[in-house]
Amino acid sequence: MSEQKAGGEPAVSTPESGSSKVDQTPDGGAGRLREIFRSDHPAILTILAIFAAVVIGSILIIASDQATRTAAGYFTAAPMDTISAAWHAVSGAYVAIFEGSILNPSSLSSGNATTIFGPISETIVSATPLIFAGLSVTLAFRAGLFNIGAQGQILLAAIFAGYVGFSWHLPVVLHVIVAVLAGILGGALWAGLAGVLKAKTGAHEVITTIMLNYVALGLIQYLLGVHGFQAKPYNQAISPAVDHNAMYPHLLGSALRANVAFLVAIAATVAVAWLLNRSTFGFRLRTVGANQDAARTAGISISSVYIVVMLIVGALAGLAGSAQVLGTSPQVTSDIDAGVGFDAITVSLLGRGSPIGTFWAGMLFGALRAGSVQLLASTNTPSDLVQVLQALIVLFIAAPGLVRLIFRLRRSGGGQTAVVAKGWNG
Amino acid sequence: MSAPVTDEELVVHHKTVRVGPSRTRRTVVAIGLMVIGLFTALVLGTTGTQTDAKFGFDAGGAQVHVPTLSFAEAPFCFVVGALIVLAGIYHLVRGFTPVAMRWVGSGVGVLFLLAFLAWAGTGGKTVQFTSLLQQGLLLATPLVLGAMGGILCERSGVINVAIEGQMLAGAFAGALLGTVAGLFAGVIAAIVVGGLLGLLLAVFAIKFLVNQVILGVVLNVLALGLTGYLFDAIMANNSNGTNNPSFFDPAKIPLLGDIPVVGPVLFDQNYIVYAMYVIVIVIDVALIRTRWGLRTRAVGEHPQAADTVGINVLRLRYQNVVLGGCVAGLAGAFLTIGNVGSFSKNISSGQGFIALAAVIFGRWTPRGALGAALLFGFAGALQSVLSFVNPPLQINSNLLNMLPYVVTIFAVAGLVGRVRAPAADGEPYVKGSA
Repeated sequence: MSEQKAGGEPAVSTPESGSSKVDQTPDGGAGRLREIFRSDHPAILTILAIFAAVVIGSILIIASDQATRTAAGYFTAAPMDTISAAWHAVSGAYVAIFEGSILNPSSLSSGNATTIFGPISETIVSATPLIFAGLSVTLAFRAGLFNIGAQGQILLAAIFAGYVGFSWHLPVVLHVIVAVLAGILGGALWAGLAGVLKAKTGAHEVITTIMLNYVALGLIQYLLGVHGFQAKPYNQAISPAVDHNAMYPHLLGSALRANVAFLVAIAATVAVAWLLNRSTFGFRLRTVGANQDAARTAGISISSVYIVVMLIVGALAGLAGSAQVLGTSPQVTSDIDAGVGFDAITVSLLGRGSPIGTFWAGMLFGALRAGSVQLLASTNTPSDLVQVLQALIVLFIAAPGLVRLIFRLRRSGGGQTAVVAKGWNG
Repeated sequence: MSAPVTDEELVVHHKTVRVGPSRTRRTVVAIGLMVIGLFTALVLGTTGTQTDAKFGFDAGGAQVHVPTLSFAEAPFCFVVGALIVLAGIYHLVRGFTPVAMRWVGSGVGVLFLLAFLAWAGTGGKTVQFTSLLQQGLLLATPLVLGAMGGILCERSGVINVAIEGQMLAGAFAGALLGTVAGLFAGVIAAIVVGGLLGLLLAVFAIKFLVNQVILGVVLNVLALGLTGYLFDAIMANNSNGTNNPSFFDPAKIPLLGDIPVVGPVLFDQNYIVYAMYVIVIVIDVALIRTRWGLRTRAVGEHPQAADTVGINVLRLRYQNVVLGGCVAGLAGAFLTIGNVGSFSKNISSGQGFIALAAVIFGRWTPRGALGAALLFGFAGALQSVLSFVNPPLQINSNLLNMLPYVVTIFAVAGLVGRVRAPAADGEPYVKGSA
């Protein structure tokens, strides 16, 4: 993970920036390698974006670290004190994120599989809904739609899946399938509403999805006060626990929270990739996203594409909602979406509009989320650092020109983001 | 050297052809109106308790006492309901023009609201009408300011989804500086920080050509993360020294503030509310009547043409986006030092998005956005007023919460329909590329 390797680099400087600007004759393997590193290949851009975000995050950590500020008070007397305090704060924070999301080296000696795989399990658990919801936003992006409403769709899915989960009592395998389908239905319903409004009346989906978020929030808060949906003894805004039969089975043993929803997320990634790149509908969808006029001329019904896309988009967000309520937190609450709906947008942006990219972006942000728990537990650095890092990464990713400028990369003409700039009208 | 270009030479003559709404939409809207009318007459008119509805008009500070208005609720609802049904029938048969429809829509909204309040007021307690308006304006102020920030940005062709983030950052800076250096320093800090976020938006949108909706979303996350981080790092364990700014008290304007009803509502508010009046009026006038306004609109509609006649498109966009950020930052200041008196994580809680909705709802015009923002504000106040009266049928506050959003969806879908943003809104301008 690159957030590890760059952890201690407080100043904005890179290994490359000191070398000569242009290598005229790249010869041999080293030259070619350098050539790759100096190009603006998407992978390089992504790594450098993460690196730049980590550097800015380090500055933030140092600036807010009490020990460093104290040491900086006598900087001229003992400059090493400041530097070591700064190093301590920065490395402590990034190590904590790593230990919370990938592996805690101290757990290796214990030999207990549960503690060794605990962090990975947490990463998977956090990543699963992000992947689903990220795919949802990605698919909408490719059709030229902005789905700001993943939050509302997740909430609706949680209501549906949760209700089926705790009030119906079905046999083992059947129950979870029915509950997940109910979640999909809930999400599809909510996004489909925005799709129909867009197709039939032209109401802008940014507005309708944002509004539907609030409506969903009001709805879930209302339901959590209604007997039958609210758990006894009716003093907390929380639903009864979902039946064991309706829960996704555990993936890595019962002690770890990782569950089968992650496998569904992998399948969904493949399915969305196929849908986008191989199916007829995917072709129509991309055409509408790329150029409405061309699509209309080619005889594609834009309004029906909008409606179908939004139904699928909502179904994916619905899977995210079901993953929450049937996977990790088996009681419906009004914050069951856990900010996934909005993080999904950044995940999708990091994934550059490709399903596979969205998957890995979801994994990265899932790791950061899991790490933030450890960050809060073991350091003085506030866990909101993770959110800042996420925003910075995406900001740099979205502006390849800036990364090129900072790291003096060559422009190769490629490496454009899949999401083209567009206004309200298009 | 070419001759200096005068504004007159920039005028492009448009011939606007107004196409009426489609037959189906007209029918749907008309039926909607009739349903609202029938509901008003038959449900509100009959389920009210038999006591009279009472409207109170006194609010703190007013010197002139206005007697409480008391009238029979049922006939009032019948008349209002009948009027709305008639409007629906007229729309079905003849059809209002889009412009008229906007007035009819607003009128029906107000009438329905009055009928609803009358119905709610039959429970024996007085509906405090003046304080409803007062509170509504208070709730609407950040929305109006946020929307004005959005309009400044978007009329010059840069989409501003980052209003939320600018407000949040402004709220944080306002609380911090307001505590450390005084309230006015807090306001300035909020404006500066909002402007800085605006600058960030401008640089990424204009120089690096980032998709502006994406950019806005990301800046919101950044502002949320940064303020949350700094809140934990600075404010959480020293709230007295860093997060205790108090807030502006209402400053009553002499004479104007004594006018019954209007006075307490409009002229007994704090400085930020007064600043909001000035900003709305200035933007509304400047956008249409000044050279800057004409250029802004030209750049937002057709940057190539504007460039051709010598307007510096990018510089104007930079200016407007930063200015918009400043106004949104002021909106943030209202959240902390205008009203509450302290910062908490995510204090803006989506109000920036509501402001954005107001911009679009109001068709990118200051007046329209003002109206939409006021609507949201009053809907919020309505809920707290209803919790003091004793309506014949208890309405769940969560469901009532949803009302403004549902109304927005209906309005965007039914009344506003296909809104037309400034033609170049969201499209980066690269000189010589088109």
